[in-house]
Amino acid sequence: MKFARCSSAGILLILLMSAQAGLSHADAQAGATIAKNGTGSVAACMQCHGANGEGQAAAGFPRLAGQNRDYLAKQLADFKAKLRTNPLMQPIASALSTAQMNDVADYYASLPAWKPGPGIASSTAQTTRGAQLAHQGNWDKGMPACFACHGENGAGIAPHFPGIAGQNATYIASQLKDWQTGARLNDPQGLMKAVADKLSAADISAVSAYLENPK
Amino acid sequence: MIRWINRLTQNGKFHPMWIVLAVTGVLIVAAIVLVPARYEGSKEPRQNVAATPRQLPAANLPEPDSGQHDLMQTPHGVQPVHFTPPSERDMPSGELGDMIKLGRNIFEHTQIYAKGLVGNGLNCVNCHLDAGRKADSAPLWAAYVMFPAYRSKNHKVNSFEDRLAGCFRFSMNGTAPEYNSKEMIALTSYSYWLAKGAPTGVELAGRGYPEPGNPPLPPDAQRGAAVFQANCAICHGADGQGSKVNGQYAFPPLWGNDSYNAGAGMHSVKNAAAFIKANMPLGKGNSLSLQESWDVAQFVNSHDRPADPRVK
Repeated sequence: MKFARCSSAGILLILLMSAQAGLSHADAQAGATIAKNGTGSVAACMQCHGANGEGQAAAGFPRLAGQNRDYLAKQLADFKAKLRTNPLMQPIASALSTAQMNDVADYYASLPAWKPGPGIASSTAQTTRGAQLAHQGNWDKGMPACFACHGENGAGIAPHFPGIAGQNATYIASQLKDWQTGARLNDPQGLMKAVADKLSAADISAVSAYLENPK
Repeated sequence: MIRWINRLTQNGKFHPMWIVLAVTGVLIVAAIVLVPARYEGSKEPRQNVAATPRQLPAANLPEPDSGQHDLMQTPHGVQPVHFTPPSERDMPSGELGDMIKLGRNIFEHTQIYAKGLVGNGLNCVNCHLDAGRKADSAPLWAAYVMFPAYRSKNHKVNSFEDRLAGCFRFSMNGTAPEYNSKEMIALTSYSYWLAKGAPTGVELAGRGYPEPGNPPLPPDAQRGAAVFQANCAICHGADGQGSKVNGQYAFPPLWGNDSYNAGAGMHSVKNAAAFIKANMPLGKGNSLSLQESWDVAQFVNSHDRPADPRVK
């Protein structure tokens, strides 16, 4: 018991310190400037991610608005560290300082999150299978529901599990494939890799289509 | 000795049956002395775990509550029967269908649908994954067909309702629903439907949690702490208190006031190790070694939690 108390006190202290370190850098206003105008060496984020961080579905540029800030900051750091490979994002992230990453992450986290809209994604058959994977998973293969970790209706569970609801299908599908091939390696403990490996190509299309507009 | 017995027998002072009676008497006395002593062991406050990490599993723990180890054992060599529960989309309609759906809702969202009966932050589905369907995660269909059953936990023949009541009392640290209540009927209906077509009284493959086997070394909470931080903290928090979204736990707390109480099956290190080995981290079951599973189970159960309601 004594040991447990000591260790949890220590962990709490570390958490408090790291939380403070994160906050002291973040400045959503500075982030907004980078998002809209870029920096001397970096193009404006909104050129690809949309004027309000809504992303570009056709090109597969992800929605960033309302995403949790720790997740966003980590992704930028991971692009820089080459744990995520993307020819567009790698040079951009590499030109940002850690403080700038935190500012941009704070800005996008402050924008309104996705809300369920009217209409459905793709065909009915895909939606049924997609809904099943998102809500129940596929335990025959040991795959948990997407929403078990990404939160009720895919809204995300900060700080590690990003929101996935309202994300465009092209982006989701490309990420799932990247985990399968190992092109994306930055998931904590290989949790997403383990899930992606259990999805067939048809499952990837179905679940990606469903997540664009989950019910 | 034999000559002495013969002499006594001839004298009419002895009958060989006396030996049988004497041995029986000794056994009865031993049982009276030893059984309560074992139960007393479970009342001891569980402390100094780090100082005495060599504490062996299960020996001093309350009887498990998971519905597996204390029930009928499969006779050696008999293969358990395989069973697949009906698909969610085949759930019937009508009044019974509504009751089954309510049961599933209570099971998945216990905090909402059975709020008044729960005394912690857990939902049934936290330990019975995939809404009570997943094999090796104490599935409802495998439990349902094994009742009524004698349980050493309370020394009587239990109905399935008794078993559910135990879950509410220990794992949910709450109050058992009345036996004719909507909650009890709904949960029973859901379990009954999941077991549709399964043979009654037959051990089904995937029942309870798989027997983990003994670890190479005695479980150690200190080693378990490292396993926890590396594998479990991402969801359950570095402090084991889970993670909340909109006031509800998205990942369950593993100790403290909002977790299972000390009378729950999961408070047996062996049960916890079995569950963890087969099912954790979520989506990566069987990725931890046997030793890691036991160590982290020991670590989790070395923390304070609500008291066993039988010990007051």
